[in-house]
Amino acid sequence: MSENASNCIIELKDVVKSFDDTLVIDHVSLSVRKGEFVTLLGPSGCGKTTTLRMIAGFDLPTSGQILLNGKDISLLPPNKRPVNTVFQRYALFPHLNVFDNIAFGLRMKRVVNTYRNPKGEEYTRTEKLTKAEIAAKVKKALEMVDLEGFEKREISTLSGGQQQRVAIARAIVNEPEILLLDEPLGALDLKMRKEMQIELKAMHRRLGITFIYVTHDQEEALTMSDTVVVMADGVVQQIGTPTDVYNEPANTFVADFIGESNIFSGTVTGKRKVRFCGKTFDCVDDFEKNEMVDVVVRPEDIVMCEPELGMLKGKVISVVFKGIHYEITVQVGRYEVVIQSTERREVGETIGMNIPAQEIHIMKRKYTSNIYDGVITKRNTVEFADGEFECDVTQLYPGSHLDEEEYLVTAQGEKIDLTGTEVTVEVGLEDISISDDAEAGGAQGHIISIIYKGDHYRVIVRTDESEEDFVFATDDLWNENDYVSVIIPKDKIKLTLKHTEEKAA
Amino acid sequence: MIKPLRFTRKSLGIPYAVFLVFFVIIPMLVIVFYAFTDKNNHISFVNFINFFSDPTKLSTIVYSLVIALITTAVCLVIAYPVAYILARSKMKQKYVILMLFITPMWINFVLRVNAIRELLNWIGLLGEANYLNTIIGMVYDFLPFMILPLYTTLLKIDESLYEASADLGGNSFTTFTRVTIPLSMPGIMSGITMVFLPSMTNYVVSDMLGNSKVTIIGKFIETYFGSDWHMGSMIALILLIVVFVSTLLSGGFKSEDNVRGTNL
Repeated sequence: MSENASNCIIELKDVVKSFDDTLVIDHVSLSVRKGEFVTLLGPSGCGKTTTLRMIAGFDLPTSGQILLNGKDISLLPPNKRPVNTVFQRYALFPHLNVFDNIAFGLRMKRVVNTYRNPKGEEYTRTEKLTKAEIAAKVKKALEMVDLEGFEKREISTLSGGQQQRVAIARAIVNEPEILLLDEPLGALDLKMRKEMQIELKAMHRRLGITFIYVTHDQEEALTMSDTVVVMADGVVQQIGTPTDVYNEPANTFVADFIGESNIFSGTVTGKRKVRFCGKTFDCVDDFEKNEMVDVVVRPEDIVMCEPELGMLKGKVISVVFKGIHYEITVQVGRYEVVIQSTERREVGETIGMNIPAQEIHIMKRKYTSNIYDGVITKRNTVEFADGEFECDVTQLYPGSHLDEEEYLVTAQGEKIDLTGTEVTVEVGLEDISISDDAEAGGAQGHIISIIYKGDHYRVIVRTDESEEDFVFATDDLWNENDYVSVIIPKDKIKLTLKHTEEKAA
Repeated sequence: MIKPLRFTRKSLGIPYAVFLVFFVIIPMLVIVFYAFTDKNNHISFVNFINFFSDPTKLSTIVYSLVIALITTAVCLVIAYPVAYILARSKMKQKYVILMLFITPMWINFVLRVNAIRELLNWIGLLGEANYLNTIIGMVYDFLPFMILPLYTTLLKIDESLYEASADLGGNSFTTFTRVTIPLSMPGIMSGITMVFLPSMTNYVVSDMLGNSKVTIIGKFIETYFGSDWHMGSMIALILLIVVFVSTLLSGGFKSEDNVRGTNL
């Protein structure tokens, strides 16, 4: 613990932030070592910028603590924190030239100097930095960002890249313990961005201070950081080195957000065996048998081979040249598999594919509800998962009703024939029941898994044809492999239109 | 073949050129002519010399300047906090409050001055403190012209600049003096010109509230145009030069900084 405390420069303890009842940061804990380059990575609205702003002091946490070198700074105003920020759109002072922008912080700085009086006694005095000291520091900072001789230039005469450098110089000239960077390269073009990435990394090495970097660009995060913190919906999803986060994503969100991924739903069928895409694969992760899992396979990890030698077989449906590799999409049954390879394949060709066991990443799936693709049929029922269920189609159009001929009439009085409409079907875990009578429910299948969850059983019924799963909770004990039918009450089937533009029209 | 009728940019400018010639350039020349001629319409500097050798006229100019300066200063002191608070507040009702400050502008000027006259009479100040009353009336009348340009410039200051200042160690006072004030300078300048000028010339306020004891330069010009057009023109010309020079000094002609508070 003591070693941890000395190594760790900033620590977030169970930090929560909400803006007018909207939870933005949901119990985030995080610790950053001295001298580390940490990147907060996530899509917009994930809370990464808010986290940074709380470290800077612009936003105060609703609850929880922020510790700097072990001291609580949660409520300290920004000007009292030994932290400087490089802002997203630089926030340079337009009324000051380059020199005055960089000197802004130095001019407000007070240092304690020690003097000796004629009697030889030492005394201290809190003083401003002298003009010469300021000029020397500004000069050094400008050298650091390769802008020697720019002192007298007005901000408006600088290019985006130059403004960026001034913003960095203005922050590092104060010798902060932590440099915060809020998407600093977002406004630069690609080439400039790549250059700045390398420069920032070099600067980090030279300065030896802690960098906390916020970005939504996964490539930037992987290139620059020692540690990547992946965030989504105000929650930390994974903390790890770039290699860890890429190779061992903690969940499907991380897998999907960082790099390209094939994500399949699968079932563990035995010791280090997982079934997906209709085949059973060897893998290296141990999970409970019959556990429902998400399987992540990186496109570059799929090995193409002759059709008869592959575990999977499929037809190439698209080939896109990406510079260093081809992106090949293959139709395997009803699944689409994306492959990245330097080898070219032709559209229409049938190929085989193998996946090495260590490249199959398995992660537990969190179930909140069952989701299926469905189609509305003639009798205003919905067809999904090899079955047909009665449903209430009026929920698709608010205020609508069915007339005597079973046509849907919208609130505006327009008649719509919904036959063939594609919908997304959602059924809650509590809303499914099963019966021995094969005719009682809308779909039929075999029970493939029963797991006792303390006070109820979690049962999975898989349909025979397209291997769709119904997951639900029940108090009754069933037997594995029983052939059953699935019953869902009409009002528990939640429908949403697939094409939102149709809804708007 | 019929040539299509086309308006070039030049031809569209003609009406404005005509307007400028008839309503700006010619009247200006007329004023210059009157200013530098005597009663027999001979060219002479007699008005110029008379003006600067007459202590009453000079003191009137000084009085006008002082009244205008005080009015402007008071307006600035009152308007700045209001504009600052409104510009930075996230309150939904802030436009309503801003409107309340601005609405008097849309009420008839004479009516407004009469109202404040009644008010001053009611507190018993009317006829007692003529200069104070004049200044009170002017501040009341010209305050919106100060608030609006200040509000628009303050609104345009990016929130991240305040944060940058705090981030670099600035407390609220240093942030105000080193960031807020310099960046709102264009608004301050516009506000000053928009209040300073009318307070030099608008004699309705001084007439009605100053118990006819306060003479400002505008009143002076009006009086002279009753009897001596030549002297009146000279005073008008001198006022024009004073205003021109002060605008030039305050940088009011810089087009990019010219915020006149028109875009609310």
